[in-house]
Amino acid sequence: MASTFSSTGFNFSNELRNNFIADKGLHLPKATSTGTTIVGCLFKDGIVLGADTRATEGPIVADKNCEKIHYITENIRCCGAGTAADTEFTTALISSNMELHALSTGRQPRVVTAMTMLKQMLFRYQGHVGAALVLGGVDATGPHLFTIHPHGSTDKLPYVTMGSGSLAAMAVFESGWRANMERADALALVKAAISAGIFNDLGSGSNIDACIITASSTEMLRNVEMPNMRVQKERTYGFRRGTTAWKSESIRDLVIDEQVTHLVSEAMDTT
Amino acid sequence: MDHFPTNWGRPRNDAVDAYGTYPIAQRPNNTPKDAFQAGIQHTQQPIVTGTSVLAIKFKDGVMMAADNLASYGSLARFKDIQRLQPVGSHTVIGAGGDMSDFQYIQAMLDDLIVDEFSAQDGHTLGPAEIHNYLAQVMYARRSKMNPLWNAILVGGVKDGKRFLSFVDLLGTTYSASTLATGYGAHIAQPLLRTAVEGKEDILTEEEALKILEQSMKVLYYRDARSLDKVRCRRF
Repeated sequence: MASTFSSTGFNFSNELRNNFIADKGLHLPKATSTGTTIVGCLFKDGIVLGADTRATEGPIVADKNCEKIHYITENIRCCGAGTAADTEFTTALISSNMELHALSTGRQPRVVTAMTMLKQMLFRYQGHVGAALVLGGVDATGPHLFTIHPHGSTDKLPYVTMGSGSLAAMAVFESGWRANMERADALALVKAAISAGIFNDLGSGSNIDACIITASSTEMLRNVEMPNMRVQKERTYGFRRGTTAWKSESIRDLVIDEQVTHLVSEAMDTT
Repeated sequence: MDHFPTNWGRPRNDAVDAYGTYPIAQRPNNTPKDAFQAGIQHTQQPIVTGTSVLAIKFKDGVMMAADNLASYGSLARFKDIQRLQPVGSHTVIGAGGDMSDFQYIQAMLDDLIVDEFSAQDGHTLGPAEIHNYLAQVMYARRSKMNPLWNAILVGGVKDGKRFLSFVDLLGTTYSASTLATGYGAHIAQPLLRTAVEGKEDILTEEEALKILEQSMKVLYYRDARSLDKVRCRRF
């Protein structure tokens, strides 16, 4: 009888079988950095993160207004591209670990800590956790912006883009980014980059989310721009009463006969 | 014994698959071949390649830009080649993809122009005609499973009308006010679209040049097979 014990974590025992089948010619579908445009940009006072809001299931839009900017700590946020469940749960896990770590050290948590936790976890899973992340925040050492790939490699850069719309967004960044931008310029640049992704990439769409993190505050701008609002329908499509003619009408009461019987003579004892 | 009825009566190669056990897709084709057929090769992959070509419409015409590089895989082999070619007096074509196939196309178009000239009928070949000719050729080659591995932009002005169109190794054609092939389609097209869409009749030549220069710069940043030497042609 086969053992019913299953250890925690991923089970790689089918790898042998998969390799055998792959040799015969049937390959596993590759998990790719799927429909998304996420960006991060360093400016004078801190970091601006941006993301679109479309979640796709293959060629179908599953969620027209999802949230891709995840909470790590008060001063650190993470945008996620790739498999939605992977980004969601990975960022949630690192968020709680960061909270525990902060309580343990007694200090404000640092961005490099989150980055290290994320990259070590993603490398451990050898790329099978399909999370491509843009991590940004401001801590005691200053503002930091990182990009983390599903296999665990990281880059520290002043402006980054990830996802299928990353080329379009990066083109905008390469044209427009300067060092020490003002907050308004940085936000405008991020919005332009996400718009480039939304309008030129089929995997990205709907609205723009942004998050501005500075040393003093974190501002979450949900749906800061909505360039794809549905137009008001030109007609109302209701039917007036009497559109369908009826031949006979019969109304029946659902309650035929009602009798109230008291089962307990005294009131309930609530002492 | 050969157990598959669909093999009975067909030419069989006893050396490779005597009993017809290979799946149909992998069964060796045993029809008799002539010696000439054995020498024919079909283009399977591009060898010496050019990268993106960009083109936009502006107020007075059409502007096209491409770098001067032909790569041999990851080697920057030929750093001073012309990927933009004028054809006749109204058209310019720019090609990315396999450079040997592009040279063949150039020779073909030269013959075409010479024939048109010697016909002396008062007509000249404009960009629309060149584009149509190329589209037919590309699609015909694709249908013979021997494509000319190029992505070509055809642009020009004839009788005051601007023309800009794209042809592909598959025979796909597409026309717009901003076009880009290769990596340019992912990186430069968003920039070109925001800069040009709606303003085709307002942009001056200097502005158009600036837009293309900016896009070629971004492409040089982000395309690993590009060069910082660029040629631009205006019509």
